[in-house]
Amino acid sequence: MEKLLEVDHLTKIFTLGNIVSRVRITAVDNVSFDIKPAEIFALAGESGCGKSTTARIILGFERPTSGTIVHKGKRDQKEKTEKVWFSEGIQAIFQDPFGTFNPLRMVDRYFFETVQHFKLAETKDDAVVLIDQKLRAVGLSYEEVTCRYPSEFSGGQLQRISIARALLTDPILMIADEPVSMVDASIRMSIVNLFKKLKENFGVSVLYITHDLATAYYVSDRIAIMFRGNIVEKGPVEQVLMDPKHPYTKLLRESIPEVDPNMRWSESVTLIDTEQEEYLRKGCKFAGRCTMVMDICKSVVPEDVYVDGVLVKCHLWNDSGTQIAAPDSSMDQ
Amino acid sequence: MGNPVLRTEQLKAFYVLDIHGDQKIVKAVNEVNLEIQNNEVYGIAGESGCGKTTLLKALYGAIEPPLRLIGGKVSYFVDGEELEISSLNSEQKRQLRWEFVSYVPQGAMSVFNPVIKLKETFWDFIDSHVAGKTRQEAFDIATGQLRYLGLPIELLDAYPHQLSGGRKQRIAIALAALLSPRIIICDEPTTALDVVVQRGVVQLLKEIQGKLKNSIILVTHDMGVQANVADRIGIMYAGKIVEEASTETIFASSLHPYTRYLINSLPRFGDKATRESAPGNPPSLSDLPDGCPFHVRCPYALDICKSQMPPTIEVDSSHKVACWLIQEGDDGKAS
Repeated sequence: MEKLLEVDHLTKIFTLGNIVSRVRITAVDNVSFDIKPAEIFALAGESGCGKSTTARIILGFERPTSGTIVHKGKRDQKEKTEKVWFSEGIQAIFQDPFGTFNPLRMVDRYFFETVQHFKLAETKDDAVVLIDQKLRAVGLSYEEVTCRYPSEFSGGQLQRISIARALLTDPILMIADEPVSMVDASIRMSIVNLFKKLKENFGVSVLYITHDLATAYYVSDRIAIMFRGNIVEKGPVEQVLMDPKHPYTKLLRESIPEVDPNMRWSESVTLIDTEQEEYLRKGCKFAGRCTMVMDICKSVVPEDVYVDGVLVKCHLWNDSGTQIAAPDSSMDQ
Repeated sequence: MGNPVLRTEQLKAFYVLDIHGDQKIVKAVNEVNLEIQNNEVYGIAGESGCGKTTLLKALYGAIEPPLRLIGGKVSYFVDGEELEISSLNSEQKRQLRWEFVSYVPQGAMSVFNPVIKLKETFWDFIDSHVAGKTRQEAFDIATGQLRYLGLPIELLDAYPHQLSGGRKQRIAIALAALLSPRIIICDEPTTALDVVVQRGVVQLLKEIQGKLKNSIILVTHDMGVQANVADRIGIMYAGKIVEEASTETIFASSLHPYTRYLINSLPRFGDKATRESAPGNPPSLSDLPDGCPFHVRCPYALDICKSQMPPTIEVDSSHKVACWLIQEGDDGKAS
């Protein structure tokens, strides 16, 4: 099947500290994935796992240390015309709807600006028709939005307005970085359902970046779980979340509170002190917290292996797709 | 009934704003009747802007202009004696705080003074509430508390910015529990934390409650967390408690249409069926519709809903609901 966007061995290294004591953090470590047309691909993980950095590199805000991003067969966007072509096809939605809009500017100006920048309409009337059409796709209308400031809308409305703005260019891919984390739980589903509708009705693909596995399960087709810069598990969402193979995915999955008072947590969790410590770990980055840890995990970085079509980056699994029994001594930790 | 530690009667707390001569009244807490029992976790859930935080302020006795107590009362039961907080002076309130009732505000990660070490914060706190302790004794109390709750004691030597959000949140909770208060009020303690860290915070709250056998009032919009911690849940909508029942009842057989939207809209693993949020937006607390505030969003709204606020009725002794669709003694579903 055709690929819309292909991220190939993407690596981003940030250097912290001064010239004397320097720490190199590999925020994104050899990350590869692709997005197909009309697909919702979730990139999930906790804060500080590198998921937002990946999105920033794809959007061109950040230069990768190595690796490539191929969009419809084109590798780089060096010239200005190519950048415009690129952003016409790929639009972004950000986490904080209140931060997306300048509080002193009227919301509709963002729409007219986008229309002008991409030369989407000849006259103002044409532009209004186009804007109204996109706003209606998200359940709003031009009359509701025109001549109003961001403070006059709720967070959920602003997030839908920013999706409508992104829709102006008829993008084939939307990059949504934590689009629902600042929105109230009760209206969260209306945003998530909107992505579903855009996919089904208009064939828009979405890169859905989130820490919320429950909505990721609900909306996406495939998922990649990121941990400290690495993709530790990747595959169809049904397989990854209903039958997690990597111990970290298991931990994440168990930590989502079940909406059922009869399924309360019984085991306790170990929390880490600093992210940096885990980033600098040799071998598997999760070895410090893993209940199934083996000696090899502490020194050797695990290979990517495929188990029933799911990528797993863990020493517990081998190439033939069987799980290696963990040593007894570590089981009772 | 029971053994209450806190009770409110027809509590009304409004923000009275004066904008260029126009008076604007924000009805944030409107006729709330609560009774918190000893040794329970009481959860309050609802959308943002429904008055949850204002209710907590009123419960804590921290009513300051423009917030005003319009009517009703809040009483604490201290050693079997009923104290109405609006009758207390500020010194009496100060004595009750942290020793009888403590409050972990929202965004507790920013409650610490950023320029002093955490042990100084603990010292300030112990010095002002426990008389006659030397610095060393205070430090011992602080380390004892952290050890008791399984947090590393080195944290006391750190500045707030050196700690992660989850750590700070847990220290704020540890600090609130330091003097073994009978009530701990927590405002959105797990919001803005990662899932694994959130689980750690929930674990700590449960542990404290298990050890102190006190009452925790937990405000969070996250129904998953409520399901995990709370014993009873009150659902708040537009300044009112619209439904109150045990956690099991709320999740299994809630009656108010708003509660059902809240619970049914949550995605669950293993079920990809389309889920709908409640339609529309929450009403503005300064401009409430007549009748039941939910009727504009309610698909089952009757004519009476548009003109009269439904009374709170007891479906059974532990299940209260305010909705015209439900009749006294009704155990059925909203049609």
